Amino acid sequence: MRYLPLTPTDRAEMLQVIGAASVDDLFVDVPAAARKAELFDLPRHAGEMEVERELTALAALNRPAGAGPFFCGAGAYRHHVPATVDHIIQRSEFLTSYTPYQPEIAQGTLQVLFEFQSQVAALTGLEVANASLYDGSTACAEAVMMAQRVTRRKGAVLSGGLHPHYAAVTQTIAHAEGMEINRLAVAIDAEDAVIAAIGPDTACVVVQTPNVFGVVSDVTRIAEAAHAAGALMIVVTTEAVSYGLLKSPGEMGADIAVAEGQSIGVGLNFGGPYVGLFACREKLVRQAPGRLCGETVDAEGRRGFVLTLSTREQHIRREKATSNICTNSGLCALAFTIHMTLLGETGLRQLAEVNHARALDLRDALAAVPGVEILTPRFFNEFAIRLPGSAAAMVEALLEDDILAGVPFGRLDPQAGMDDVLLVAATETTTQDHITAFAQALSRRIGQ
Amino acid sequence: MSMNSVGRPTRAEGDAVAGFASLTGARGLLQDEALIFERNGWGKTGVDLETPSRSSSDLGDLVRSAPIGLPGLSEPEAMRHYVRLSQKNHAIDLALYPLGSCTMKHNPRLNEKVARLPGFADLHPMAPVSTVQGALALMDRLAHWLKTLTGMPAVALSPKAGAHGELCGLLTIKAAHEAKGQGHRRLVLVPTSAHGTNPATAAFVGYNVAEIAQTEDGRVDLADLEAKLTDDVAAIMVTNPNTCGLFERDIIEIARLTHAVGAYFYCDGANFNAIVGRVRPGDLGVDAMHINLHKTFSTPHGGGGPGAGPVVLSEALAPYAPTPWVVSGEDGFRLVEETEAEAADSFGRMVAFHGQMGMFTRAYAYMASHGSDGLRQVAEDAVLNANYIKARLSGAMTAAFPDGPCMHEALFDDRWLEGTGVTTLDFAKAMIDEGFHPMTMYFPLVVHGAMLIEPTETESRQELDRFCDALLALAQAAKAGDADRFKGAPYLAPLRRLDETLAARKPRLAWRPEPTTVAPAPIAAE
Repeated sequence: MRYLPLTPTDRAEMLQVIGAASVDDLFVDVPAAARKAELFDLPRHAGEMEVERELTALAALNRPAGAGPFFCGAGAYRHHVPATVDHIIQRSEFLTSYTPYQPEIAQGTLQVLFEFQSQVAALTGLEVANASLYDGSTACAEAVMMAQRVTRRKGAVLSGGLHPHYAAVTQTIAHAEGMEINRLAVAIDAEDAVIAAIGPDTACVVVQTPNVFGVVSDVTRIAEAAHAAGALMIVVTTEAVSYGLLKSPGEMGADIAVAEGQSIGVGLNFGGPYVGLFACREKLVRQAPGRLCGETVDAEGRRGFVLTLSTREQHIRREKATSNICTNSGLCALAFTIHMTLLGETGLRQLAEVNHARALDLRDALAAVPGVEILTPRFFNEFAIRLPGSAAAMVEALLEDDILAGVPFGRLDPQAGMDDVLLVAATETTTQDHITAFAQALSRRIGQ
Repeated sequence: MSMNSVGRPTRAEGDAVAGFASLTGARGLLQDEALIFERNGWGKTGVDLETPSRSSSDLGDLVRSAPIGLPGLSEPEAMRHYVRLSQKNHAIDLALYPLGSCTMKHNPRLNEKVARLPGFADLHPMAPVSTVQGALALMDRLAHWLKTLTGMPAVALSPKAGAHGELCGLLTIKAAHEAKGQGHRRLVLVPTSAHGTNPATAAFVGYNVAEIAQTEDGRVDLADLEAKLTDDVAAIMVTNPNTCGLFERDIIEIARLTHAVGAYFYCDGANFNAIVGRVRPGDLGVDAMHINLHKTFSTPHGGGGPGAGPVVLSEALAPYAPTPWVVSGEDGFRLVEETEAEAADSFGRMVAFHGQMGMFTRAYAYMASHGSDGLRQVAEDAVLNANYIKARLSGAMTAAFPDGPCMHEALFDDRWLEGTGVTTLDFAKAMIDEGFHPMTMYFPLVVHGAMLIEPTETESRQELDRFCDALLALAQAAKAGDADRFKGAPYLAPLRRLDETLAARKPRLAWRPEPTTVAPAPIAAE
């Protein structure tokens, strides 16, 4: 067995040192009834070649996004990741280390986390960011729980434009804590409706921009209304590239910004692992969830970094912790940081503009298809269209043309009564040929 | 003068190192590396992108006006920056990494390779299920292995880490109680030796937490448990093997007592590596248990994640599992995504998509590589290695529970350091100078000055001996009164001991321009 270094001789000699007759003696505390003498009904060990063959065969059953025209978004976006990113994250020292509990021999990871936090704070326009959470949806739920701790109120208002899965995850967690979640009716342009829903027990308002239908909005007025009522403003973003072009959450009055960081450096990965971004105003930081990396000095006065404010955390505070989180998304945060460093502000801004321009190209092509209605007025790189019939059926039909046409809204939220709505996205990886092929196939199939 | 294994002195005569400083702040090949924000990279980029085909003027005042304040680096600079930083980290690939309870084992690179196949890595989570049948088949196979290895009928794959798995388990239990009209149960019992995530998770889902006492021999105190098991108890959370590295001998009785009052048994599966292939938690009466794929099944720890924490469930709890899950049908695999019809009892959704697919691929490749025979050997070698360390070190250090074998980790306390002026922390920091990552310190809380050592099965005997020799030499030095070696340690790491109090008192959590620095000018994208 290639991963096990001990030889039979090693094992025999080590048992002698221990003073045990056999390895079974080491399992003596296991109740006899629970000791399995025989091997489980599973295949025996296999060589590297055989395992690779099995997994390659499974992978071949899937249609990768990059294999042809592809327009899916809805919280996960296909972007080009520079080769440098994947090389560096496979460095042994990053890949095979753990949470930097011993800062003297983890400055690599810690400095990366400090750079990550600094980048996320800059992008969101807020003062501080944590060292990442699992993904955007859990970051959203954590933000709502944090608002409850900060305001000592029980209510949360979720905009109808919030990604339905984010709303569901938030409801799951908040329900368990006894919070009242008011998820407003799903609508394309739903943001302003949240103002009327704010009440004296509202801990926070959660608004996504660009929202799940791609609508970009300025939430400044909503933030003002939330603050006037003593509530926190939480701004959610599922497409981090949009930070390069759009007003930041901080600029619009957000107290907490959360985002899915997958677009930068991470890849699609069928939904995970991803990286949750979490930033907030400095005065709220002691109620924040997750790891925080901070600057300090060593015994010789040299600058260094450590995990800090850990009295918020489960390993110190136990049942009084701000969150139960331990492992977060370290390697994905590293990938994010490297990609963002390669982009720089110039590259990010340009990437965002290319995405936006490509989505406008897609909109123009689809708007020309008879029977297609463009539903999203102002968008970044994703928008909603209405089709003459079921969006899910059209997606299935377009597979025959080898086109992954987008995400039917009905799959995200079957109760919304929007089964004819399709979410489509374009990024820098979308080609003009793909857009043309999509529009032509759609036109042909609607005409049928 | 001490000699290394090839007979050369380990440090210069008279220790010239301590008083020597380079002129640049570098330490030989180890560079003093500035932050990306301090390299004047405003306006720089390391990517070549096309020029946008049209303007963003349609967005009007939604476009950001102020600069972001993000530096960039060219590709060679970025490569060098991050490679230099990497060299300041310890890693499994460098030496034994004995963090107890973390299972820092070898991460096979085959797993990295298969996870990167475009057929897995380049799949959109909401792509039509007919285009992702291979991915769903892999999830189904992984589920089959996890269920078979644990003897449990169901598994929820979506939790994203161990603590997230605990959350999943308790939400499942809560839903089951509510469905049976038992929603009034408010209490979760947790042993004093538990991971901090256990009580934190229980509190996070709204439960009150009470502690179960521990016996002299490091196990759950059955009498105390029985006294606290009332009809107000929703669940107990017990780690097995426990955080003292011991198997709970009375585990079946613990389960029986728990079930007798209508509560559920949540098992923290962080230490599953000790028993995989030999013991099935389902045979012990467990109702729910998370499995850290990044521990037992070797997906990389990545400097703190991403992990994955699938939760196996008993028949009683399975209907309440979170969506989504994979179902095998006549037309292939499909996903149950909504809490309706067959998932009507599900407590709902925990994550936006389907969980950590990238970790599923890696964990499955690891399991398939080992097979049922190899996984059994994993547990045996992990336990053997821990007992070997315990045997070799017990003469010099005090084992917390000297009687009987330990499981996959050996726990020592600090009684043997009494009178030396050296603390557990000092000892741990001195290990760094000898080339090893310290063990888990001051955990579990039930043992004074705890030192929890988990070698895992992927250490050779030679590496174990190297480690034990180093610790024995340090122990001798501590007892000989060489306290300076410990108090000032580490001396030879990239940095000396860091001031954690200062970091917490005046938190600096992000880079800020110094007042004298000229703020970066707005940058146009042209």
